[in-house]
Amino acid sequence: MTDFEIEEHEYDVLVIGAGGAGLRAAIESMALGCKTAVVCKSLFGKAHTVMAEGGMAAAMGNVYSEDNWKVHFRDTMRGGKMLNNWRMAQIHAQEAPDRVLELEEYGALFDRTEDGLILQRDFGGHKYARLAHVGDSTGLEMIRTEQQKAASLGVKVFAECTINRLILDKESNSISGAIGYWREKGNLILFKAKSIILATGGLGKMYAITSNSWEGTGDGHAMAMMAGAEMVDMEFVQFHPTGMVWPPSVKGILVTEGVRGDGGTLRNSTQERFMFNYIPEMFAAETASSEEEADAWYDDHNLGRRTPDLLPRDEVARAINSEVKAGRGSPHGGVFLDIATRRSSEYIQKRLPSMYHQFMQLAGVDITSEPMEVGPTCHYAMGGIKVDAETEASSVSGLFAAGEVAGGLHGANRLGGNSLSDLVVFGRRAGKGAAEFAKGKNEFSTIDKEFIDTTINNMMKPFENEGGQNPYAIHKELQDSMQSLAGIIRTEDELIQMLNKIGELKEKMKTVSVDGNRWFNPGWHLALDLEFMIANAECLVRAAIERKESRGGHTRDDYPNTSPELSKVNFILKQIDDEIQVEAKPLDEMPEELKQLFEDN
Amino acid sequence: MPIVELKVWRGGDDGEYQTFHVEYDEGEVILDVVHRLQSTQAQDLAVRWNCKAGKCGSCSAEVNGKPSLMCMTRMINFTSGDVIAISPMKTFPLIKDLVTDVAWNYENARKVPHFKPKERDADGKHRMMQIDIERGQEFHQCIECYLCQNVCHVIRDHPENKENFVGPRFFIQMAQVNMHPLESVSQKPDALEGYGLDYCNITKCCTDVCPAGIKITDNAIIPLKERLIDDKFDPLRWLGRKIKIGNSK
Repeated sequence: MTDFEIEEHEYDVLVIGAGGAGLRAAIESMALGCKTAVVCKSLFGKAHTVMAEGGMAAAMGNVYSEDNWKVHFRDTMRGGKMLNNWRMAQIHAQEAPDRVLELEEYGALFDRTEDGLILQRDFGGHKYARLAHVGDSTGLEMIRTEQQKAASLGVKVFAECTINRLILDKESNSISGAIGYWREKGNLILFKAKSIILATGGLGKMYAITSNSWEGTGDGHAMAMMAGAEMVDMEFVQFHPTGMVWPPSVKGILVTEGVRGDGGTLRNSTQERFMFNYIPEMFAAETASSEEEADAWYDDHNLGRRTPDLLPRDEVARAINSEVKAGRGSPHGGVFLDIATRRSSEYIQKRLPSMYHQFMQLAGVDITSEPMEVGPTCHYAMGGIKVDAETEASSVSGLFAAGEVAGGLHGANRLGGNSLSDLVVFGRRAGKGAAEFAKGKNEFSTIDKEFIDTTINNMMKPFENEGGQNPYAIHKELQDSMQSLAGIIRTEDELIQMLNKIGELKEKMKTVSVDGNRWFNPGWHLALDLEFMIANAECLVRAAIERKESRGGHTRDDYPNTSPELSKVNFILKQIDDEIQVEAKPLDEMPEELKQLFEDN
Repeated sequence: MPIVELKVWRGGDDGEYQTFHVEYDEGEVILDVVHRLQSTQAQDLAVRWNCKAGKCGSCSAEVNGKPSLMCMTRMINFTSGDVIAISPMKTFPLIKDLVTDVAWNYENARKVPHFKPKERDADGKHRMMQIDIERGQEFHQCIECYLCQNVCHVIRDHPENKENFVGPRFFIQMAQVNMHPLESVSQKPDALEGYGLDYCNITKCCTDVCPAGIKITDNAIIPLKERLIDDKFDPLRWLGRKIKIGNSK
């Protein structure tokens, strides 16, 4: 055993991650009587959920009574280019309305309709106005509401505590715990747990232009894979069409789709509303063909078809990319997003207060009188841990996953608004799944001492590698190369170059070294997170090479069309003896009554 | 690129300001410059941050003595040759560099009354009018940067008051629950007692530094003080309490 002192804890259910999914999972697990703890890398309440703006999709029918779960299900599947796990998409559409009402029960104050019900807003790819929201800060509302609920239940929180490895009991091949460190002092901490829920969010920090915070390093993705879990759809990363592009400090920061949902439109340097030139066949029947029709639709969805500004995100991001490439971009390399000429100043400040302040304070742009400049930014991982639709159990016994770290619900592309609802629908189910699993287990499984030693040695290595590679420099190299070689538009040549680059970075990681000691040392934290980012980058690139077609968030310049063959499979990734292996797996067959929904119109 | 002189607090209580010269771009914010310092000259510089857009409240510090979010303080406000001093928040125990121990806030979060809703309507829904929720929505904009707690002299100058005073951030949370249209239980007469509302003498320092623009004093603290006084000194309610007929709901 190592000389390092290790603080030990025992919990029935350990939740890693304190965003929307992790908190909902913890609330459920507590309610079911399990001793539950939440571990998070940042302070409690700072998780990336706080950045979600536009709203939470749920077919409540408060604005359009025609809306129901079947329409939401169909929109989600079509948005995901039919690669979604159909059962997850069904559960999500069916349960989202109850989860919205539940947040209200916990104290959330959603904007209201005239008759006092929860107001719903339009968003890309959703047939009806469907997003429950609070201005443009819905994520803040969700996390604070859940945070206060969790506090009232007495959920134990380990904040600024980073998990570095999941521990497996070799004999039963099931999860037995997790090991990590307190960020404050660098002291080690070990959790024994009967079940573990990963709710660690996304992995966007491997790209240079991203809306993700420092936490988005895909720890959960990588740790699950290292523990032997199957991953799915890792090639699909969402580039949100509208990130800020200027000034440099804010490049990549999100501009909510709500701007377009509330009437804003995209224009190029000639002031043309260019999205009318990019309507794909799949959505042509339900998309407006003229500006007049699109504008009428905003007033009443029965007066016209929806504006192409609100096509799914993959379509809009590609269109913006093409306009900029064709030389019709804005001065700072984006396009224009104009709501100033289309809505009153009062309306804009009321509906989009945080966008108004964000542009005013960070860019000196008054969005009520001038257009914004926007361009694509890495935003969301559709891919993740493959889970059972009902319980969110992964392929590793005792390991569960919910939220962005889990794969399946969103297929090849996520619709805006489906993430916040995903968090609570599947956060709750994971909490229940993990609690029931824990209750079925009388004792804690064995902690593998040898594994603990290896993990600790690995964690301490950056202090021993004196004069080696700077972690910040390695991170920048990863971000810049992923951005240019595995970004929005991909080719086989570049993906293979990236794979070689990953090989080089892995070599460099062997000598990564950090200054100082373990006392709140962000250089050390980054050095440890880098291992996860590089592992995830490799997954992404390997899956992207195999998918020789363009679909959703994955666009191949060398295979510009969708392939009928590849429309039938997900790529599953698994780490076997330190090698990442990719395998095509046929999609689950959808029941007849659901198939029917795609034939009706 | 122009160069700025930064004086940054390094270390714990026994630390000191260290001077660094760092490149910057006019379009950047202080946090960018701190990150550049970290990646090039001070790898182990402790600083908290998350969203970089004024939404998460992680990067609170004192910039030239002014409590600010580093992600919202633009370099354009400084001129070449300026010296910028960056210190950790003073009111909380220092951990290291720019990071302080804000655990006291999380303890208060557990202490203040929690929301319990009244029953749903017959169709399973709650009805509230937009006009009735807007006051509460203002309080929900709090990003928990704790700059209001940091600047409040009740605790900044008198740490001993921390035991009996939850601070402006949690007065907002109490107001949020107290004024929630669906609130059912926490408006009992004694619900506002014991949190130190009477310590506040309305200097509005908290409102001045709030990056979310919440009118903490006017919209939360003063109305709560009024309710507390009403509850305490209304003779009918006093009588009601004496003979125990219900509460002030």
